[in-house]
Amino acid sequence: MNGRGHNAAFARASAVALLGGALVAIGVSSVRTVGASVATGRTGERLEYASPIEMLFSPDGTRLYVLCQESAQVRVLDAKTHAPIKNIAVGAVPRGFSLSPRGDRLFVANSWDDTVSVIDTKTLEVSATWPVGAEPSSVVEDREGKHLFVANRISNDVAVLDALTGAEEKRLAAGRGASYVTTSPDGSRLYVTHVYPNATPHRTAPDSEITVIDAARAVVVDRIVLPYIAHSFHVAFSADGRLGVVTTLHPKNLVPLAHLEHGGAFADTLTLFGADVGKPVEVPLDELELYAARPFGIAITPDKLRMFITCGGSEMVTVVDIPRLIRYARMRQGTSAQDMSASANYVVGRIAVGHDPRGVVLTKDGTKLLVANRLEDTISVIDTKSNRMASTISLSGPTQMSVLRHGEQTFYTAKYSFQGQIGCANCHIDSTFDGLQWDLEPDGFGRDIVDNRPIEDVKDTEPFKWNGGNPNLPTECGPRTEKYFWRAENYDSLTLTDLVVYVRGLPPRPNRWRLPGGELTAAQERGHALFVREADKFGNPIVETNRCVYCHSGLKGTNQKSFDVGTKKMTDNSGLLDTPQLTNIAITAPYLHDGSAPTLEQIWTVFNPQDKHGRTNDLTKDELNDLIEYLRTR
Amino acid sequence: MKAILTIAMMVMLLGMPEGTAAQAKEATPTVHKAANSVAKSSIPAMPRFRFENFTTANGLPDDHVFSVLVDGDRIWAGTENGLGLYENRQWKAYTTKDGLAHRAVLSLALDKRTGDVWAGTMGGLSRISGGRIDTYTQLNSGLSNDVVYGVSVEGENVWVATAAGGCKLDLHTGQWSLFNERNTPMVEIWVYGVAATPTKVYYAVWGSGVLEYDQQKKIWDKYEDPDGENEMVLFKDQGLIHEITTSLSYVDNILWVATYFGDSRYDGRYWHNFLTKDSGLPSNFTNFVKGVDANRAWFGTDKGLAYYDGVNWAVYRPSLTTGKPEMTVRDAKGTVSPVAVSTAPAHNYVLGIDFQGSDIWVATAKGLSHGIHQP
Repeated sequence: MNGRGHNAAFARASAVALLGGALVAIGVSSVRTVGASVATGRTGERLEYASPIEMLFSPDGTRLYVLCQESAQVRVLDAKTHAPIKNIAVGAVPRGFSLSPRGDRLFVANSWDDTVSVIDTKTLEVSATWPVGAEPSSVVEDREGKHLFVANRISNDVAVLDALTGAEEKRLAAGRGASYVTTSPDGSRLYVTHVYPNATPHRTAPDSEITVIDAARAVVVDRIVLPYIAHSFHVAFSADGRLGVVTTLHPKNLVPLAHLEHGGAFADTLTLFGADVGKPVEVPLDELELYAARPFGIAITPDKLRMFITCGGSEMVTVVDIPRLIRYARMRQGTSAQDMSASANYVVGRIAVGHDPRGVVLTKDGTKLLVANRLEDTISVIDTKSNRMASTISLSGPTQMSVLRHGEQTFYTAKYSFQGQIGCANCHIDSTFDGLQWDLEPDGFGRDIVDNRPIEDVKDTEPFKWNGGNPNLPTECGPRTEKYFWRAENYDSLTLTDLVVYVRGLPPRPNRWRLPGGELTAAQERGHALFVREADKFGNPIVETNRCVYCHSGLKGTNQKSFDVGTKKMTDNSGLLDTPQLTNIAITAPYLHDGSAPTLEQIWTVFNPQDKHGRTNDLTKDELNDLIEYLRTR
Repeated sequence: MKAILTIAMMVMLLGMPEGTAAQAKEATPTVHKAANSVAKSSIPAMPRFRFENFTTANGLPDDHVFSVLVDGDRIWAGTENGLGLYENRQWKAYTTKDGLAHRAVLSLALDKRTGDVWAGTMGGLSRISGGRIDTYTQLNSGLSNDVVYGVSVEGENVWVATAAGGCKLDLHTGQWSLFNERNTPMVEIWVYGVAATPTKVYYAVWGSGVLEYDQQKKIWDKYEDPDGENEMVLFKDQGLIHEITTSLSYVDNILWVATYFGDSRYDGRYWHNFLTKDSGLPSNFTNFVKGVDANRAWFGTDKGLAYYDGVNWAVYRPSLTTGKPEMTVRDAKGTVSPVAVSTAPAHNYVLGIDFQGSDIWVATAKGLSHGIHQP
């Protein structure tokens, strides 16, 4: 399949390896042939799949709740027979859910309509829908039943709600892209992770944090810094509370991407914290030729012997021996992310599962592990003693593969890249962006450092790349990606078509700065007038090509042409840059082609000294603020 | 006016303790020694403190302390060389290396709901939250100016006083709103202080009196000295005592205002002004005021720390002549009596005040003082 090395499927199929001195069976009898991309009978219709993303057992263990993102439902199954009990409709694109400590209410974070659904677990009806912040992604109630904590991905905070009424009391500043909230075993602390990196100086290593909240006081009491980490996901604790673990992505974006063949684009890691390890310790899950791409969900057995991590891009579950992991972590403080031999010390199994495995849950006795395969509408049931697949639960829904679903699978898998290291979703987190800048070697090492542009609403914004070098999406997603990113074989033509259809169809997230009726606030209106103005404040006409609205024209804010806006750096080959679309520009920092402007303001306060990026130096601070208020509505 | 502004700026930043033109005009209150025949009990009971003073000698980042903030058991000190945090009897300093906007921290505010601390500096506004510092400047955000004299948190809004007008950051939307001569009755844009509540927001505008924003009606109003820029007080209680306002405090629907030429109290209808000549104020040159309630307030002047209980006054300072600790009490009749004390605030030049229960913390030009209340 790949003339230059192994691909993930090959690696997985041949994966019976000596790990840490013990021969461990890897792969399972029920494994699919994930390498196949045979296009058979895919429909062009838009089918409504379930897309399970998270799961929970009821406190008594009799029910399994499955959060289904695409069908916007909580599906309730009998935990033993897996027979459906009820499908409960919730809000748009639900991303996270949790049970109240008493088990009487189920809270669902609906990320696209900014609400939390409250489900009565006796009646299995939605009893309330509460508004929260921007793009709520997970929700947790404290042990006392006093507050609800909601991580808001776009507003980068945690909303604290009255648990009875849903009234918002305050918001706590969290990391950028706040997304996952986990309660410590004793209930005293909440740990919040975030999917986009916190701001660091340009071309320095990213970092992230775990925001630690005192549950009783509902205030931030600590921030555990995660150096080098750009994206962090679920946290899990050992039952004794002494070991905390978070799934993390460690990008290697300060070196040219040519390092892919040297294990170079990302390290798929865990970061350990807590009394067992002292200061945070980052350990890799990868080994040469066998990558654990995009670690996400995590579960720890009650006896603290095993840990299971879903790896979305690799379509597998990685199994870790916890005592060995702790021993290793105590010897290797800091990070071992670059050490491709490290995982042999604690990874004891890799179990193939379905497409884009995400949420993971253990039965109360720890004997079975359930894995939600988001892009397959199945739940893998794994025997935790043997690390073998026990069964697969299929969720009801379309049985036919659609072009869009296949395109999405192609987007999220890492199987096409060299040794299965990365996929599109590595840099386009949940089909968005990553907030990072990369050195893509086609332009020369150290040349043309580029900020990763968001891809939502990308349809009809060609050409692509900052230099406008790719005329269309098939070129952008096909030869360019295959050659420079994947360093692998080409997609077959239908797979590429499906991928392009998926990317072209990505809708924009709702804009949170627009008023519900679409009208503009007074400040936005003033900003719009500046955006379209034809003369400066002194009455001098502004050359047409130097008006905001000339380049950023049309619904998407691009005339699809290239201009020199005076931002060329010493490392750039050309100052001519493709005009980026403005869709949801408020949330896609940093800005400019190389990401050198951390905020919208700096585009004009720092990087536009000669008015080449629009005539703006005649503006007062108030007026610049108005312009930015308008831009946020785009 | 420009000259006065420049002098005042120097006074504030250099912590110049004595000798300004303004204070030279004021007569130092005459202390009438309590006659032996006056029973001790006739002196009004005013709060007494044992002052413990902090300087660089015992861990404070710098002796020039512009601001102080009490946050439960933690004390924040805004100094000329970083933000000090006193916790568990130890000082920790936050500097620009930690992400602080600038080393000189002029103002501090606590968001009581979240526990976040906001620091106004000479180089922008910083939020200290769970150990992380986020900084807003005039270049990277909508902040109107990097010189942040005052900051006040009300709900989801952070109100800021800067050298180029006031502004507000809405923490929910990230929107900045700027207030200046273009959209408010402000004449000067040098804004020295801000006090925000859910009903009213007040700005102390240096040379433009007090600006009031009614949060419900969303309208601005302005309070000025009826004597204009005339340095003589012609109409004492008919309005704000002077245009050059430095600090204000809004508590129990009462506005307390400090100026470099006396202080004012406003109840929404009537003004009452305080000058050295007819009150216990040790100097008209007042840097800071903090109301306790509708009737009581503390004043930070260039000649000591003063307390007004609605009738009587107390002054706490090192003696202007000997430097020895001094406390005086002025009763309703104007009789000034000394009270024997063994400690005093670190310096007479007082720039900030905050309360910790019945204790008081005082920012001075030469150290931070903890006044431990004495029964």
